[in-house]
Amino acid sequence: MTNTKPLLKIRDLQIDGISDETRSRIINKVSLDLYPGEVLGLIGESGAGKSTLGLAGMGFTRDGCEIVGGSIEFDGIDLVNSPLEKRRRLLGSRIAYVAQSAAASFNPSHKIMYQHTEAPVFHRKFSRIDAETDAINLYRRLRLPQPEMIGFRYPHQLSGGQLQRAMTAMAMSCRPDLIIFDEPTTALDVTTQIEVLSAIRDIVEQFSTAAIYITHDLAVVAQMADRIKVLLRGDEVEENTTRSMLKSPRESYTKSLWAVRSFERKQKPPAKTGATPVISLKNVTAAYAKNDPVVRDVSFDIHAGRTVAVVGESGSGKSTTARCITGLLPPLTGSISFDGTALPPDYRQRSNEQLRQMQMIYQMADTALNPRKKIGEIIGRPVEFYLGLTGREKRQRVEELLAQIELEPTEFIDRYPAEISGGQKQRIGIARALAAEPKFIICDEVTSALDQLVAEGILRLLTDLQDKMQLSFMLITHDLSTVRAIADEVVVMKDGIVVESGPKNDMFTPPHHAYTDLLLSSVPNMDPDWLDNLLASRGADNIGDAAIEKMNKN
Amino acid sequence: MTGTSGLIWLACVIAMSLLLRPIGRRVPIAQIQHACTGMSLGGAFGYSIAIATIYLMWWLYFVKELIFFQWFVQGVIGLGIAGYLFRLAGQHFGTDSSRKMFRQMPVTAALGIIIIIGYAIMSIFADWLAPYGQAEIFAKVNVLPGGNPDLGGDPAHLLGTDQIGRDLLSRLIYGGQNTVGIAFITTCLAFLIGTFFGFLAAALGGWFDQALSRIVDMLMSIPQLIFALLLMTIASAWAGSEKWLLTIYMVLIIAVLDATRVFRLSRAVGMNIVVMDFFEAAKLRGENMSYLIFKEILPNAFAPLLAEFGLRFCFVFLTIASLSFLGVGIQPPLADWGTMVKDLAQFINFAVFSPLTAALPLMAAGAIALLTVAVNFVVDWMLHRASGLRE
Repeated sequence: MTNTKPLLKIRDLQIDGISDETRSRIINKVSLDLYPGEVLGLIGESGAGKSTLGLAGMGFTRDGCEIVGGSIEFDGIDLVNSPLEKRRRLLGSRIAYVAQSAAASFNPSHKIMYQHTEAPVFHRKFSRIDAETDAINLYRRLRLPQPEMIGFRYPHQLSGGQLQRAMTAMAMSCRPDLIIFDEPTTALDVTTQIEVLSAIRDIVEQFSTAAIYITHDLAVVAQMADRIKVLLRGDEVEENTTRSMLKSPRESYTKSLWAVRSFERKQKPPAKTGATPVISLKNVTAAYAKNDPVVRDVSFDIHAGRTVAVVGESGSGKSTTARCITGLLPPLTGSISFDGTALPPDYRQRSNEQLRQMQMIYQMADTALNPRKKIGEIIGRPVEFYLGLTGREKRQRVEELLAQIELEPTEFIDRYPAEISGGQKQRIGIARALAAEPKFIICDEVTSALDQLVAEGILRLLTDLQDKMQLSFMLITHDLSTVRAIADEVVVMKDGIVVESGPKNDMFTPPHHAYTDLLLSSVPNMDPDWLDNLLASRGADNIGDAAIEKMNKN
Repeated sequence: MTGTSGLIWLACVIAMSLLLRPIGRRVPIAQIQHACTGMSLGGAFGYSIAIATIYLMWWLYFVKELIFFQWFVQGVIGLGIAGYLFRLAGQHFGTDSSRKMFRQMPVTAALGIIIIIGYAIMSIFADWLAPYGQAEIFAKVNVLPGGNPDLGGDPAHLLGTDQIGRDLLSRLIYGGQNTVGIAFITTCLAFLIGTFFGFLAAALGGWFDQALSRIVDMLMSIPQLIFALLLMTIASAWAGSEKWLLTIYMVLIIAVLDATRVFRLSRAVGMNIVVMDFFEAAKLRGENMSYLIFKEILPNAFAPLLAEFGLRFCFVFLTIASLSFLGVGIQPPLADWGTMVKDLAQFINFAVFSPLTAALPLMAAGAIALLTVAVNFVVDWMLHRASGLRE
């Protein structure tokens, strides 16, 4: 492959970001070569400059970014200095882009087909009729259901996984030489992700398109890429072929990325029979609209000092169950008891003492912290509200709490949430929950918005706190590696029903319920042959949405 | 200007737009050559009109009767320089954050702030600034503005006098006090009512929100000015001979009518905030309603509300001026810009014979327009800042 000319050649690229009068280097002298038909994986944590580098491959920079040095050459064409008109002729026809959120990238008021054919007609590659026939062909290859019909629907009528595949088809519409995939599966459930992954890989291979695949998930990139480049804060860490990179990473940063997945805490012994659970759900059924229950007949117990993981894909009723427990959504039938006494169904009827005992940590730390309040006020409020501390005592307690979540008190107490990083925000969310001195904390997808290294830190913190304070956690997640890391018991939910529950170790050893099996088998492994083996053993029809449909029929 | 000369002008502009590009390409300056090469005919036409307008303004500047135009040009240039200097001063003095604010401020916003400060000073110190009292009557009536005795002016009355001999400069200054002051109080009142109920509706939801929103819809469905006029007629019957009471009624009526718009906005903004997780966390903590509204919602809604305040102020101000123009607003002998426009309105008919006479009602109208423009400059800037902060 090395004897051919590279399709995309980036040399010493430097990109600056300008925000609020300060200039910061986003990409610092990164070079890359991409040969025809090759897939390059770009990985790194958020802020590493993956997306910026990916977009630069199209000669494009986002608002507020500026190329200050280096060169970008696509098939001998200089993308930095050539006029806009010349670049425009390349984009869409020879270089295409697949964005992270297909749902946000499609125009909601046009049908899929109209948007699909726009580029080929504009670039005069195909007539509209030919482009439509070709689109149907592509939909079939990407295994979209009803390929003849699906293009004539509006984006909101498709599921997230289907949209992402339709977007890939759209990128293929002009048969480009290069496609840039920017985290195409990050927003999807594991079971859907695998379907999209196999579809993308197939089509890229069939047309031998070169691709840049941007992601923060190592296991995903292991399936997709021929070569991997690791980025850290705008600098290149290392680059190697996928297999040798996975086998023997050279740099310590890469090694630390690889090691994250190995964090696993031992399962605690089950609680004594007869012990009063901290939280106990009995036959809870809840609905937002009458006669259409979202959660049906859910029962499980959470014991003191234990972590119960509630697993399932989006829409399975995990968060609704949590809303029932907190009292935001009073259940239609069934009861929830705390330490043996039944709780009033509506949070407004609960006493402050009952409210204090039960706290919540949210998925999106950005919206969970009031942006107009300082950290000290955010954590100080529950201290003042529940414990009645004011003035110096309150400040002292806030400082203690900050120390507990491993943040330097004097440095953070007077900052606003916008001035700290995502992982630190999540820690503040934990401190706010701890400030009430609760017995039970609901963790709603606490790590899913975070990078793997940061997420691991949060998980370690949670387990440490649990050991120190005998806290009980309800861990809502769709990420099975999180479950493996810290859970003691697992509850698997699907369509509002508990399909399986039990201790963690039992859950990860067969036999499983068919759905649990699908969930477990859909979690990507670091093994680059994993996807091939899986497809060989299960067949293309037995993964993702297709498998769930089959399951529902039976 | 007669019809034929207008046509000649138009012909000149078209000819210029045709010639602009070939001439421009021969100018030995690279940038102009470049611009002219890429220019469309429409663009050339636009530039030609701009050149013609600048020439026309240059000519008008030296026409003796149009002293107002001279003042206007001087005013715009002067205020522009003042705004620039104000911004420059802000960039070098004050705290780090205020300096940063001034660095990112457009000149228009600085200009707007200067004008607003000017109006505020004028209104607050009206008693010291105005040469005469607002109801003082002089022997000379209908003195033309400009202060030039050759053109029918009087140096003692720089802006002239009205039909019954009141000094217009003094009335303009006092009118600011009345109109701007009352508009400010009314807007504050409208915001108190509107935001309180808006946030309450957003936080409580359910039937309370429905009931309140439908009442507001009902009030909004009636054209505002007509409705205000109707209510003012009723109020004037209640007030009887107590003229000051009528002003208070007016403040209340406009405040309630404008509060409906504020309610709509604050409810919408509040709705976006109550679905946030931090609001849910506060609710689950067991906080009471006043904490939720004042500590959780209000600080986050501050930017859009402030922007709306500026805009709403303009509308209230214009409503008061309109009501006064219609005769039910601020009552004589108190000066007010709306009434001044109304009283002098018939002079606009003299524009063809004597531009200076026609300028009489336009002064008060110009005062209204200038403040409205200034407030909008500032509001635009604040909206921009608010949207930038939210990201």
